[in-house]
Amino acid sequence: MAILKRDLALAYRQRAELMQPMLFFILVISLFPLAVGPEPKTLQLIGPGVIWVAAILSSLLGLERLFRDDFQDGSLEQLMLSSTSLPAAALVKVLVHWLTSILPLIILSPLLALFLHLSEPMYWALLKTLLLGTPLLSLIGAIAVGLTVGLNRGGVLLALLLLPVFIPLLIFATSAVESASMQLQYTAQLAIIGAMFLFSLALAPFAIAYALRVSQT
Amino acid sequence: MAVLSVTNLSVVKRDRLLFENLNFAVKQGGLLYVKGQNGAGKTSMLRVLAGLVAADSGEVYFSQQNIQDCRENYHQNLVYFGHKLGINQTLSAVENLQFWCKQHLVSISVDTIYDTLAQLNLVGLEDIPVANLSAGQQRRVALARFWFKRDAKLWILDEPFTALDTQGIDLLSNQITQFLSGGGAVVMTSHQALRIDYPTDELTLEYRI
Amino acid sequence: MWKWLHPYAKTERTYHLCQKLLPWFSLLGLAVILVATVWGLAFAPMDYQQSEAYRIIYVHVPSAVLSKSLYSAMAIAAFVGLVWQVKTSFMAMMALAPVGATVTFVSLITGAAWGKPMWGTWWEWDARLTSQLILLFLFLGVISLYKAFEDKQQAGKAAGVMAIVGVINLPIIHYSVQWWNTLHQGASIMKFDKPSMPPEMLWPLLLSILGWALVSGAIFLLRMQNEILQRELKRPWVVALANKSAASSEGK
Repeated sequence: MAILKRDLALAYRQRAELMQPMLFFILVISLFPLAVGPEPKTLQLIGPGVIWVAAILSSLLGLERLFRDDFQDGSLEQLMLSSTSLPAAALVKVLVHWLTSILPLIILSPLLALFLHLSEPMYWALLKTLLLGTPLLSLIGAIAVGLTVGLNRGGVLLALLLLPVFIPLLIFATSAVESASMQLQYTAQLAIIGAMFLFSLALAPFAIAYALRVSQT
Repeated sequence: MAVLSVTNLSVVKRDRLLFENLNFAVKQGGLLYVKGQNGAGKTSMLRVLAGLVAADSGEVYFSQQNIQDCRENYHQNLVYFGHKLGINQTLSAVENLQFWCKQHLVSISVDTIYDTLAQLNLVGLEDIPVANLSAGQQRRVALARFWFKRDAKLWILDEPFTALDTQGIDLLSNQITQFLSGGGAVVMTSHQALRIDYPTDELTLEYRI
Repeated sequence: MWKWLHPYAKTERTYHLCQKLLPWFSLLGLAVILVATVWGLAFAPMDYQQSEAYRIIYVHVPSAVLSKSLYSAMAIAAFVGLVWQVKTSFMAMMALAPVGATVTFVSLITGAAWGKPMWGTWWEWDARLTSQLILLFLFLGVISLYKAFEDKQQAGKAAGVMAIVGVINLPIIHYSVQWWNTLHQGASIMKFDKPSMPPEMLWPLLLSILGWALVSGAIFLLRMQNEILQRELKRPWVVALANKSAASSEGK
């Protein structure tokens, strides 16, 4: 609990840095209409994919700071030597990361849906996939961040490690939105994403804790 | 009774054997001073002793129990002070220490924290972000832990005197002596000669290629 | 499990085991590949649908089959290393990874080459090719993570975690790509129902899979020995080994 309070306070004080992935997200998405033309039909077709790809990329940008400061200033060492359980602490940190750098993206998403001419059912489907899928990004991402935190040049490597792993999520999420655009059911896709989320919620904290221990060597 | 004992300890780092088959014990009230050149493996050894890193072979025991098996109990009775201070730059000194105390289940009032910071000559700097403090002042903030956790059984200090002025060194040396006379055990490294008036065991690590 | 593995946690024993196994794998593997290739390319009957072009399967199928097995083998090595703290296991993992990446790459190239006469294009977003591409990325991710660390012990553990994350994800990727593929049908994918393969075609194929497996095993053994020597360069037994081989080459 103390970690939750501390990390939220920290995030508030570093809000300028938190804004950056968000701006990146909006920028990337506004590039597409400029690149492929403002035809509403085309935009609607590529819209869900664009939003998801942009969300994945900007979450990668934000992920790096998840353990970086704590590793560099030694807070992580002290955390490991304390009575707090490391997997629980990792889970709290991931939660704070999601609240502070992913949730704003989701709140912004109606605006972007407007940019890309998504229809209303498509938007609702997109929102549901984002709500279920982005925690998965944070959880799995945190494992790789834990592993690369000791390397000072982890940024590109992080993308290299994580993007292939995120492909199934991307496929299921965009196909859900596509089904919605055709007025079809998309519960199956949501169920799969939900299952992946629960699975990673159960295992990822331990993997993250292990990764952080490895980074201490 | 030995607070900390080590059997057949070997540590390899970057495929280089730092030391092997090390055996020693630190008793209650005992001070172990680890010496050696740069790169001899002092820091690595202290990190293994603290349980941050696993050794390649050999065991570390805390009160006759393997530290792998009594992690929580061990860490509750340990204060580790490493190269990295464990102080967040954006938070203030008081916030940092409050958080540390909560994390380590040390219940201490805010007033005590202010008092201790005053003892450490940090009056007026308690509530500004730590990033604005000098290197020596930041170290003092981190050292305040030794004032809060005097009921610990073991302190591990890695180069605690770096960047401290003479007055800071005296303050810390006194604190260590007091802790030792109260029955605590201390393992430390230092490149400065120790200015602690207390019987000291020495352990020298050779630099190996 | 531990009892069985324990002797090979010692690098020296593993090195000598590799030494003993190497000739078997390499000679047998080369022989089998030779037989299978000649058989497959020259003597197996021509496919009536795909004419001679189908013969690339004698390279494509073995590499595709092996790529997944090598990834699994790598993940198993990583798991053993993480759970039982076996150092040699991480070495095995990293000896396997580049072999696996190469094999995956070969399967992609041959897949593309096969695709040209079949689909009329070098690259078709076919489900199997796409999963192979993702598999290649997973291999490359593990390798680059390993290379990024200077401390190879730490590197092994880190890459091991990533290999296991990948192997859990592998079936999900496979499934999701298939789903995606059926969803986006209608492109020019030529669906050819696989008729059960006549034995004259099947036998050389099975043989070539065996041959490829043996040769990959041989390359793995060589890489493993190399890795052990590099990591233990200063240990007495390596020095003794080097002196011995230097002495014997001088004697000639």
